Amino acid sequence: MTILANILIVFFILAGLLFIVVSAIGLYRLPDLYTRAHAASKSSTLGVMCILIGVFFHFWLKENHFNPGILLGILFLFITGPVGGHIMSRASYLAGVKPWPGTVRDDLKIEVEKMKKEQGIK
Amino acid sequence: MKETILLIALTLFMVAIAILLYRVIAGPTLPDRAIALDTIGVNLISAIAIISIMLQTKAFLEAILILGILSFIGTIAFSKFIERGVIVERKGDS
Repeated sequence: MTILANILIVFFILAGLLFIVVSAIGLYRLPDLYTRAHAASKSSTLGVMCILIGVFFHFWLKENHFNPGILLGILFLFITGPVGGHIMSRASYLAGVKPWPGTVRDDLKIEVEKMKKEQGIK
Repeated sequence: MKETILLIALTLFMVAIAILLYRVIAGPTLPDRAIALDTIGVNLISAIAIISIMLQTKAFLEAILILGILSFIGTIAFSKFIERGVIVERKGDS
C-alpha cells in the first residue's frame, strides 16, 4: 500500500514537472506573443494542477491529513489560468502587438476593423 | 528515492524560473513580460508545494491559494492597464 501511494505521488509530481519545464522552454523559444501565451496558459496550468494533486495525495495517504485547501487551489487555478492568458492576449491584440510575420490568416483583424468603422473610431 | 525526485524537481523549477527571467528581461513587448511573470508565479506555487513535502509541514499550504489569487489579480490589472491605460475606471469618465 505504501509502495502504491509512493508510485502515485511520484507519478503526479513527475508529470507536473515535465509540463512546467516544457512551458518554460516554450516561453523561451516560440516566436511571438500569442504562441507564448498559448504555451504559458495551458501547459503551466496543467503542470501545477498535477503537482498540487500529488501533494494532496501525499498529505492524504502518508500523513492522514485531508486538506481541502489544496483542492480549492486546484479548482481556482483551473478556472483562472486560461482566463488570464485569454484576457492578456486580447488586451495585447487591441493594444497593437503584431503577430509573427509567418501567420497565415488573421480573422480578428477584419472584425476589429468592422467594429471600428461602426463606432466611428479611427 | 522520493527525496531525490523532490530535489530534482526543485532544481528544475529554478532552471525554469531562470529561463522565464530571461523572457522578463529581454521580452520585446510589455505583455510578454506580464505573461512571463504570471508563469513565474505558477512556478513559485509548485515550489512551495514541493518544499512543504520536503519539510513535512502543513503550514505552507495556505500560501498556495493566496499566491494563486494574487497572481490572477496582478494579471487582470496588468491587462486592463495595457488595453485602456487605466486600471479602475470612474463612471462618466470616458
